[in-house]
Amino acid sequence: MRNQYDMIVVGGGPGGAMAARHAAMGGASVLVLEKDRDIGLPVRCAEGISERALSLLVPVRERWIACEVNNFLLVAPDGTSLTAHTGITGYILHRRLFDADLMDLAVEAGAQVLTRAYVHDLVFEDGVITGVKMVHLGKAYSLKAKIVIGADGVESRVGRWAGLKTHTKMVDMESCVQMTLAKIKIDPTVAEFHMGHKIAPGGYLWVFPKGKDTANVGLGISGKYTKEARPIDYLQEFIDKRFPGASPLSMVAGGVPSAPTLNKIVTHGLMLVGDAARQINPVTGGGIICAMIAGKIAGETAAEAIKADNVTEKFLSKYAKQWNKEEGRRNESAYKLKKAIVQFPDEEFNGIAKTLSSIPFEERTVYNVFKTSLIKHPKLILEAAKVFLER
Amino acid sequence: MKVEIDNEGCDFCGTCVGVCPADAIELMESTIRIDQERCTLCESCVDICPLAVPEVVK
Repeated sequence: MRNQYDMIVVGGGPGGAMAARHAAMGGASVLVLEKDRDIGLPVRCAEGISERALSLLVPVRERWIACEVNNFLLVAPDGTSLTAHTGITGYILHRRLFDADLMDLAVEAGAQVLTRAYVHDLVFEDGVITGVKMVHLGKAYSLKAKIVIGADGVESRVGRWAGLKTHTKMVDMESCVQMTLAKIKIDPTVAEFHMGHKIAPGGYLWVFPKGKDTANVGLGISGKYTKEARPIDYLQEFIDKRFPGASPLSMVAGGVPSAPTLNKIVTHGLMLVGDAARQINPVTGGGIICAMIAGKIAGETAAEAIKADNVTEKFLSKYAKQWNKEEGRRNESAYKLKKAIVQFPDEEFNGIAKTLSSIPFEERTVYNVFKTSLIKHPKLILEAAKVFLER
Repeated sequence: MKVEIDNEGCDFCGTCVGVCPADAIELMESTIRIDQERCTLCESCVDICPLAVPEVVK
């Protein structure tokens, strides 16, 4: 490890790995600092991803794919369930392998990586970011960098140290808990989404298959309701009913920001990427693709900035603008949609599900589903289905 | 009164850090602590925690 780099990335998840890779590809010297022991562990994710979106970003490796799902089951509060032919393929990933391979791509491009490296502050000179302070195996280090990428997740503090407003309101944070259950009866080609105020108020419960009889079973509850509705209680109640006695291979908690991208994700010498920038799809809570797209753009922008010897906020704003254009604006609309959906009383969901399930399954193409819901329900539902199913 | 986070029950997921308006929570690889000087006792961390770990104590 040197004590000076063009770019230091705080956080070794998919966002950080893509930023590192693309900056290194552009000629920058890069160091990734990950606070945990391993890249890829712990796995704190439902692991669902769009096949199409992923294939646009990196060559997909078979070993990443636990299950391929092409059926999506939506379950309304009263238990009415419906599936539709979507023509969309989803992957349930092995994040542990996926994250490691993404970082491998970054190292292949020339980036350096260090784990058990805890960044606890930024270094400023004349009010300008010039590096980071970190602790690695009990020793303190001060490392210089022209650009710092904050890819440090939902718990991000890098942005705060730079004066950016990154704290999330309770109502915009999904409090989540998930268990990976073994030897359960599931359909490994189906991803399930359960909704209802008694199931997961302000969010949803998922069953994502990880094998022929293994699944990630988890839920997210909006911070608006978590004081009364504790996620772990709600999950246990569902599991006791649906998969009684099933053995958990893992249990993780986590937070998913469900608000649009922060207003400001760039400042002099700093860019925020991924959950740290609150870049996620507010309806599904999916953040892997957003983090990867943002990481790629940030990395490319960083390489250009280094070449141009210009790391000002103005120059780096190219990243924010391009993010907004490619993805950010979509997420803004999705957020408005999400706010509307979480207000739906259970009866409304039940009504929608009943309407859609009145379409014969063979005719239940995406087109017909949309057409029918347009006739019977507000236009909002159409947009909801599209947003839900496309990424 | 203060809020305490039991390191034994905590999953170190950082959800509380994300909602803390006072930037009072320090999360490392497997330890977490609240900076009592910064904490305003808003109890956002108590309310958001997926595992109901933080507690208000005297």
